[in-house]
Amino acid sequence: MAAADTISAPQHYLQSLGRWSAAEIAFWLATLLPFFLFPNYLSLASQIAITALFALSLDLILGYAGVVSLGHAAFFGIGAYSAGLFSKFVWGEPFSGLLVAALLAGIAGYATSFIICRFRHLTLIMLTLGLGLLAFEVANSAHWLTGGSDGLQGIRIWPLFGVFKFDLYGYTAYSYSLAVLFLIFLGMRRLVNSPFGLALRGIRENLVRMPAIGAASRAHIRKAYTIAAIVAGIAGALLTQTTESAALESISFQRSADVLVMLVLGGAGRLYGGLIGTIIFMIARDQFSGIAPQYWYFWIGILLIAVVMLLPNGILGGLSKILAQRRRK
Amino acid sequence: MLPSVFGVLFDGFAYGMLLFVLSIGLSVTLGLMNFVNLAHCAFAMLGGYLTVTLVNDFHWPFFATLPLAFIAAAVASIALERVFYRRLYRASDLDQVLLTIGIAFVSVAIAAYLFGTAQQPIQTPPLLRGAIDFFGLNLGRYRLFLIGIALIVTILLVLGIEYTRFGAQVRAAVDNQRMAGGLGINVERTFAITFALGSGLAGLGGALAIEIVGLDPNFSFIYLVYVLIIVSVGGLGSIAGSFAAAILIGVSDIAGKYYFPELGAFLIYLVMVLILMWRPAGLFGRR
Amino acid sequence: MTEIALSTRRLDKNFGSLVVARNIELNLPKGARYALIGPNGAGKTTLINLITGMIRPNAGQIFLGDEDVTVLEPQERVRRGLARTFQINTLFPGLNALEAVTLAVCERHNIAGEFWRNIAAHREAIDEAHEILLKLRLGDSCYQITRELPYGRQRLLEIALALATRPKVLLLDEPAAGVPQEESGEVFEAVASLSDDLTLLFIEHDMHVVFRFASHIIVLVGGAIFTEGSPAEIAADPGVREVYLGKRKHG
Repeated sequence: MAAADTISAPQHYLQSLGRWSAAEIAFWLATLLPFFLFPNYLSLASQIAITALFALSLDLILGYAGVVSLGHAAFFGIGAYSAGLFSKFVWGEPFSGLLVAALLAGIAGYATSFIICRFRHLTLIMLTLGLGLLAFEVANSAHWLTGGSDGLQGIRIWPLFGVFKFDLYGYTAYSYSLAVLFLIFLGMRRLVNSPFGLALRGIRENLVRMPAIGAASRAHIRKAYTIAAIVAGIAGALLTQTTESAALESISFQRSADVLVMLVLGGAGRLYGGLIGTIIFMIARDQFSGIAPQYWYFWIGILLIAVVMLLPNGILGGLSKILAQRRRK
Repeated sequence: MLPSVFGVLFDGFAYGMLLFVLSIGLSVTLGLMNFVNLAHCAFAMLGGYLTVTLVNDFHWPFFATLPLAFIAAAVASIALERVFYRRLYRASDLDQVLLTIGIAFVSVAIAAYLFGTAQQPIQTPPLLRGAIDFFGLNLGRYRLFLIGIALIVTILLVLGIEYTRFGAQVRAAVDNQRMAGGLGINVERTFAITFALGSGLAGLGGALAIEIVGLDPNFSFIYLVYVLIIVSVGGLGSIAGSFAAAILIGVSDIAGKYYFPELGAFLIYLVMVLILMWRPAGLFGRR
Repeated sequence: MTEIALSTRRLDKNFGSLVVARNIELNLPKGARYALIGPNGAGKTTLINLITGMIRPNAGQIFLGDEDVTVLEPQERVRRGLARTFQINTLFPGLNALEAVTLAVCERHNIAGEFWRNIAAHREAIDEAHEILLKLRLGDSCYQITRELPYGRQRLLEIALALATRPKVLLLDEPAAGVPQEESGEVFEAVASLSDDLTLLFIEHDMHVVFRFASHIIVLVGGAIFTEGSPAEIAADPGVREVYLGKRKHG
């Protein structure tokens, strides 16, 4: 038996940590259910997939690298407006729109990552908040470009592959969003199980120890932040393309705060936490869309208090704790 | 017709003084215990609504409601500290942010339920209406009152910090928590009292703010942003820092509104980002 | 002329009026086993922080071999062979021991930035990490999450993380601090088994340990080197006795 072919025990163990579980496969199969069970809700499903992708991007920097950002919607908005402007002034082909949005959001992310990587704690929170608010103000003021509070007009998206039109039924929208979500999720999953993923977890677990093992933490944080910006930009572009509109809402503090709540609800640092939190939050919001906003936020407030005091790692964290206790018995 | 430069400066300074009273509590508690309390302006809102209720429904004189606004906010903060905050002193920034935002959401909703979402009307006491003519300069009485109260608060704070035993305990705990504990200072009790005082000041600020900026449930979040900017720009735990930053932000905001209305809040955010990049601990902060 | 692995020249550091390091001159020959002792507050950990780059000196220089590393970032110094352990466990609570050491090895191999391949594919790094853990008798706990490891094992993991960087010079800050008597033997055995090529400077309070392992002792008092010499010289020095050796064991 050649030594190079066999797999060592520790290697095997690490490999097993990254294997697909039955629950994961079941989850992704379940995402196909809306086509059959809830065909009237496909637009909502598409919105959920898009927001879940956005939550996934926040998870990378918050759940894995420990960067608390209150302004992540800046990249979502940049992606949204880029895709809109691209369709308005160049052409409406969707995939190239995604690429342009990814590129522009990525450049913005890369540039700001140099600021972000140097700070922690309150300063970092305030910087992300400030930069996010700045992005909003720029979008608001530049109404010659963005349409300001009226939103961007004149967006026309071509059919997918030239065949599948984006219509009110939402089949194309949901298929498109779900496919993009799944593909990017696969990439994220790979990243999280790679040496870089391990480095990010190291940064989150103990930033002080990182330089002591020779790690260039700032470079790692910059890389993660840029990737997160790219993914957020793609999510924003998806929103524009599936709704043929781009508005200030996409770059607002509201969006940054909501996605943070969704991620924390599901459990940060577990990849699936953002997805599950988004699904629950958005379905609930849809069901309770009748009540006035401040009362909706009353329950969100109660929820946040409950999560922090009782379920600090979100729903998935609570579940894994229960499972671990069962295993010990 | 643009107001005179002096008018803008005076208004800005008065506004800055209001912001200072609102912010100083948060600055000290952040510097003292590193606890990110985003519900700080909810205490301000509490003070404001209490004053409105006492004046409009119970016909109290405005001046008498001010001490009550302070006390009510301080008591509310003690209750919250006992139940929630105490358990999170060593928690992550994120947990503190989420808990306190949650508390703020809940209080905004309660305020909306009890008082509705419209701005609260309030009758300015006759003593504070109109303006004084001081060597040809038009000085609004209410704004003068604001400046006066803020300066008295500042003097009391500085004297308290420098010359009382409690103040020395606060300074020690801000400087080096572990050492202070080792010297026998009850750091948790010091914090609880400081927190109550700071929240009380926020309540007072909320009551004072009604006349200047109006009061509705959104107050908690709109002014939270300003307060956070002042606290981070001024430097955590620094009275001088908060004072300077409050004036800077107050004057910039008023000047911006008059001279560059299209820019909106852009200028303030830009100033904050630039200052934080240059001095991450704030203008007067340490570390 | 023996090769000098680590040296400092006229190292000064003060925080305002508080002087924590005063004209520190160190010379560690390759393979040395030097102990750094002194009363609490003498500035021993501060000195390690200065040497490793966690704080900047006000004046003076630090040399790793022939190279001046005074302006280099901490991670740059680690890459040039200078590692340390922390007095208070500074580990990755949520990672298991294997992951933690593998991470350190990956950083050394410069592959920690790679995000497209599963970590399990990096057999070399994983095996190297596993070997280090085996050498420190952590093999059977290597799959346990760090925060669930008993304290003594955590101290060993501290050392494992430092060794994963393949240091030439290792600074140990009270390696057995807080470890209960039954387990501290393991820690010292680990220290004793370290390669003779490795240059060691360790802070220690327990004089038995110091006299057992050190070939040379440096006494730090009030941020300055009070005296230094062989264990016999130090034991006989009345000044040292007065300043420090009066107390036998520190908690």
